[in-house]
Amino acid sequence: MDDLIVKTITRLIVPFIQVYGIFIILHGHISPGGGFSGGAVLGSSMILFTLSYGLTDATKKLPHKVTGVLESGGIIWYILLGLMGILLGGKFLSNKEVGFFMGQAGEILSAGIIPLITVAIGIKVASTVITLFHTIIEED
Amino acid sequence: MKKGLFIIVLSGLFLLLVASILQMPSLGSIENPSYNETAVYYLENAVEDTHAPNAIAAIITDYRAFDTLGETTVLFTSIAAVISVLKISHHSKNKGDKANG
Repeated sequence: MDDLIVKTITRLIVPFIQVYGIFIILHGHISPGGGFSGGAVLGSSMILFTLSYGLTDATKKLPHKVTGVLESGGIIWYILLGLMGILLGGKFLSNKEVGFFMGQAGEILSAGIIPLITVAIGIKVASTVITLFHTIIEED
Repeated sequence: MKKGLFIIVLSGLFLLLVASILQMPSLGSIENPSYNETAVYYLENAVEDTHAPNAIAAIITDYRAFDTLGETTVLFTSIAAVISVLKISHHSKNKGDKANG
């Protein structure tokens, strides 16, 4: 799609969508939201970019290699967090029992592994949405 | 003959399903069997156990974190399946074009 209005509006609005997605992911343990919804917002911002600027520009911004690494990295980070519970002397994916930093309820740096897992899920969902869209429209 | 058998079996199944729907508790009823001691425990102890005010996040990433790991694995498997199918058909199409031309 080669339209000046769509391109300008997309360029203006995409950073705000991405900031909102990151906000939803980072506040997943405080306010409604979490990894899945924030990742979907982040992924759809990139879909909007692809729709208005075309696939070649979008893959230049975010190549397949990077999304592949993010995709595997999210799930490996999740599993490593779980194994850390075993290393510290608890069960797989145990949180408070093995002494992760709990902090004050209601602050961003609190609740042990919950925000870390939410970040992992957010990266995973965003890269899945982007990879799926790019792979499917590549066929045309 | 075969059609009559199908109709009898399907109407029996229909009656069974309708009868079980009539036995279900109404929406929001307090006698719902899923409102058991587990839900009460989560509501009372989630903030103390996990220090997360969002009880849903506390459940899906702390109490049931292993389930969520399975959920992300489903995403991973689905994307691997889609990429394997689409990429292979793409490459074989190119090869076919070369062979024909």
